[in-house]
Amino acid sequence: MQLTILAFGIAKDILGRRELQLEVPDDTTVRDLKDRLLERYPEFSRLVSLAIAVNSEYSAEDVLLQERDEIALIPPVSGG
Amino acid sequence: MKIDIQLKHGSLSPQQCIDWVSSPRVGGIDVFVGTVREQTQGRPVLYLDFEAYEPMAVAEMRKIAETACERWPIERIAIHHRVGKLEIGDLAVVIAVSTPHRKAAFDACQYAIDTLKKTVPIWKKEVFTDGEVWVAAHP
Repeated sequence: MQLTILAFGIAKDILGRRELQLEVPDDTTVRDLKDRLLERYPEFSRLVSLAIAVNSEYSAEDVLLQERDEIALIPPVSGG
Repeated sequence: MKIDIQLKHGSLSPQQCIDWVSSPRVGGIDVFVGTVREQTQGRPVLYLDFEAYEPMAVAEMRKIAETACERWPIERIAIHHRVGKLEIGDLAVVIAVSTPHRKAAFDACQYAIDTLKKTVPIWKKEVFTDGEVWVAAHP
């Protein structure tokens, strides 16, 4: 399946774009996706944290991703 | 409706938040205003750029307000955050909480800003004369 991943803040700079299309196996979990991104973009491992939001909610690592999910990379937040 | 959440691309108004949380039933209103500081660790800041994952930022701010309403006897709570380019002295966030007695207003307001800084997907980029940094990204 093909996932669409939104990136914000420094994650957008690391990807070099705001949106990434990624072809992954059907049984991909949030953890699998993170591993894949860390492998492809080692700069992510230098961040304090990297969370993944699925459909605008912080997601647990064992959640299975669906093709229609809105997935977002959430580097350390710094609002306020 | 006792919760007002706004993500704004223009300037924030503390008075608007105070007016919104005001009510004859309250005895205290606590307001927190976060502003843009002119320097970070001695390095002069030119301006800040705030970016948000907007639907999730609004949802997370709403969760904070809802949790605060469960924990304290809140009459009304307003959380407004600004995004985009902010100059020194501009207001980045305004939180106003009204309660029957002051202590709950102080406590709820502190909970709201402390939690916002940890959970709401908003990112601040500091722009200096000689570079730029996403705040808190690296250890």
